[in-house]
Amino acid sequence: MDPVAVSVKNLTLRYKTTLAIDDISFEVAGGELFGFIGPDGAGKTSLFRILTTLLVPTQGACQVEGLDVVKDYRQIRNICGYMPGKFSLYQDLTVEENLSFFATIFGTTIAENYDLIKDIYAQIEPFKKRKAGKLSGGMKQKLALSCALIHKPQILFLDEPTTGVDAVSRREFWEMLKRLRDGGITILVSTPYMDEAEKCDRVALMQAGKIMKINTPAEIIKDYPHALLSVRAGDVYPLMKELMKYPGTHRADTFGQSVHLSFKKGEIQPAELQKHLSTKGHTNVEIEEITASIEDCFMDLMTIN
Amino acid sequence: MAVSSENIIIVKDLVKKFGSFVANDHLTFEVRKGEIFGFLGANGAGKTTAIKILCGLWYPTSGELNVAGYNIYTQREKVKQNIGYMSQKFSLYDDLTVFENIRFYGGIYGLRKKEISERSKSLMERLDLSAARDKLIRDIPLGWKQKLAFSVAMLHNPKIVFLDEPTGGVDPITRRQFWNLIYEAAHGGTTVFVTTHYMDESEYCDRVSIMVDGRIAALDTPEKLKFQFNASTMDDVFIQLARGK
Amino acid sequence: MKRFRAFVVKEFYHIFRDYRTLLILFGMPAVQLMLFGYVITNEIKDARIAIYDPSKDIVTRMISDKILSSGYFILERNLNNIAEIESAFRYGEVSLAIVFEPEFAKKMEKNGTAHLQIIGDASDPNTANILVNYASGIISNYLISINSEKVPYQIIPQARMMYNGELKGVYMFVPGLMAMLLMLISALMTSLAITREKELGTMELLLVSPLRPVQIIIGKVFPYVFLAFIDAIIILVLGNTVFHVPVLGSITLLLAESFLYICMALSLGILISTLTSSQQIAMMVSLVALMLPTILLSGFIFPVENMPWILQVFCYVMPPKYFITIIKSIMLQGNGLACVWQETLILLGFTLFFLMLSVKKFNIRLA
Repeated sequence: MDPVAVSVKNLTLRYKTTLAIDDISFEVAGGELFGFIGPDGAGKTSLFRILTTLLVPTQGACQVEGLDVVKDYRQIRNICGYMPGKFSLYQDLTVEENLSFFATIFGTTIAENYDLIKDIYAQIEPFKKRKAGKLSGGMKQKLALSCALIHKPQILFLDEPTTGVDAVSRREFWEMLKRLRDGGITILVSTPYMDEAEKCDRVALMQAGKIMKINTPAEIIKDYPHALLSVRAGDVYPLMKELMKYPGTHRADTFGQSVHLSFKKGEIQPAELQKHLSTKGHTNVEIEEITASIEDCFMDLMTIN
Repeated sequence: MAVSSENIIIVKDLVKKFGSFVANDHLTFEVRKGEIFGFLGANGAGKTTAIKILCGLWYPTSGELNVAGYNIYTQREKVKQNIGYMSQKFSLYDDLTVFENIRFYGGIYGLRKKEISERSKSLMERLDLSAARDKLIRDIPLGWKQKLAFSVAMLHNPKIVFLDEPTGGVDPITRRQFWNLIYEAAHGGTTVFVTTHYMDESEYCDRVSIMVDGRIAALDTPEKLKFQFNASTMDDVFIQLARGK
Repeated sequence: MKRFRAFVVKEFYHIFRDYRTLLILFGMPAVQLMLFGYVITNEIKDARIAIYDPSKDIVTRMISDKILSSGYFILERNLNNIAEIESAFRYGEVSLAIVFEPEFAKKMEKNGTAHLQIIGDASDPNTANILVNYASGIISNYLISINSEKVPYQIIPQARMMYNGELKGVYMFVPGLMAMLLMLISALMTSLAITREKELGTMELLLVSPLRPVQIIIGKVFPYVFLAFIDAIIILVLGNTVFHVPVLGSITLLLAESFLYICMALSLGILISTLTSSQQIAMMVSLVALMLPTILLSGFIFPVENMPWILQVFCYVMPPKYFITIIKSIMLQGNGLACVWQETLILLGFTLFFLMLSVKKFNIRLA
């Protein structure tokens, strides 16, 4: 393992009366693509703002590349790249002007670090004379990432870069992040989309200011404590309601056209369930044993906590 | 299912141009009464424009449109009286309480005082919000806000409710509870017109349309779309369509 | 330095790409100056007057001629008795009346003193005030001209306009407008520019960069120093060419004082922006806390001496008041630094005070 890039110990952040971050601890290794997965209000943005020295923690110690976020904030500001949650570039400046502005304030030029951003910037370069405000969502996001990268940061903080972005742009964005990670940059990224967890090396599942679990996506899924069936039978809502009532059911959640039914291993037999559903008038019943997704794990952890 | 054969939204050759840019390029589709209609598309594909036209906020450049039985050109006020609208962002006033928000929306839709108090009471009971009646919106959790915003959009019993990315940023459990509300509304006969970036949610819809570059590139049930594109998830369908332009 | 230059260049892009900003920056000074200037001069040029002259002697005729040939007044009617004055005013026929006492020349000859009344229509006090001043100015000019020949005579009332000899209203408005516009451009525009970055979220990015807060502030403010300075020059040039407002004192000193005042207004703008988080609030604060007092309490429109004491106290903490005093003194009296050093020191004090306060308040972080 590479040395520790980010280390957070017993971090708490309080805004007036609300606890935005509630005693969390974790470490991110150098060169890792680390994801914070959780809904709005989980504390992801507050955490990123602390790590990028924009907020001072109420309690706890945070270090980025061995530097303290409170004491050594000036050095940290030189080595980290940050993409805030809201699109934060100058809408009235062109693509090129935005990029060169951010290059200059970090004391570099576009030419100097062009190799690093080439991959991403090449896609928007044909529009470099266009005002940033006139770009589509996916292009804005690429420009913002280019601006965050232009000073060759050692570590990148991306706060919900894919929120409100369509599925295609999201997929492309994650491909870009993987390539950057392979180039040696440590990346911390937050997202409310559960399905993006698998694209990270390790993830922290966050809810209401707490980290519910940290591990690789594969390990988190392996730790899922229940057995899981995917049940289909025409209309999902009547099916879900039926499954909720079925003895032995732990949870029944809709997943698209199917319902994920979780239960204690051995308590439900698929064949019996099939028979039961048929007698209740459900037709075309298909039952399949499946492994959990991160979303299943997340919901399970939410109910425990 | 409560979907009837009656069409509640009829769109024929809808065109909307901004200068030389064509945001909506001859859209033609119908939405049936009681249907959950998913309206998907990449950023900038023209979804928002179409929704604004359907809600009577903008005039189209050309095309025939009938929403909730009324002509969009000549009966805009009637259209607005019969639709509800909820977007992720600006649906409720942060500095008003739960009840004040309900009362305000009831008021602007011309509900009588008695109707407002009856409906708000049953609504708050249904959403488990009775205890939070006098709390400011900014002080209640996001999940509650979204459920409340939806119920407020339904307060005047509209024929159609438009939901623009209603579940953005919500945790997975609340997201499912929210869809439960949508499902119940549709079951009660309200037509639901919804946009989302969560592709798994599109599978809860009765039918889904996918817009690419101002046109409707596909429109069918999620099942049939997946079959047609030989894909296992709607995510794949969407990506094939958006990339194959 | 390179970073700073990039910052300033970016700021100029913002300004030149927003036509509303440009309009406020360059359109407003010109329009305001023309508007105030023409309104004032028109009121005066077209003023209709009535004269009641029971003496009809050589002196009263001379005075009447002087007044009527000044170009500001037109004789609407000659009155036959005192009672007609009221009706002339009531029907709005005239806005000024001149009343000579009987045997005017005789009394002047005999006693050295004669009385005349200048009656203004106080339903419009500003205009009335200006007109009365004009008329009495003309009369005192006449007095000066005859006094050189004979023993001093007196005509009462005697209101002499020392430093605005030609009695032009525009003269008074140029310093006032300058104080108001420079305040508006410097304070309002900078507070908007900084809060806009907060609203956009770009302030987050700037803070996360290695730029120091001082660099951010100076970078944002620098273009406005420059632009406000250009505005000051526009006002002066327009005032001089269109309305013939003289600059009697040193132009260098005038510009230096303007520069100081601009810096004061900018530091006030920075202070406002550090205390507010949105453009809307910054705008409200700037308008309510800066513009209104500048217009109302600086002596620009209403004379400070006539205000109740509590308002006078407020007037003394209004920086524009001092600036108006300074430029009036330099432009119209031709005074040098020796006469205005106190006011200059006060302005300097304000500037340092606001700057210190805003640097202290400007956060290196978000909260």
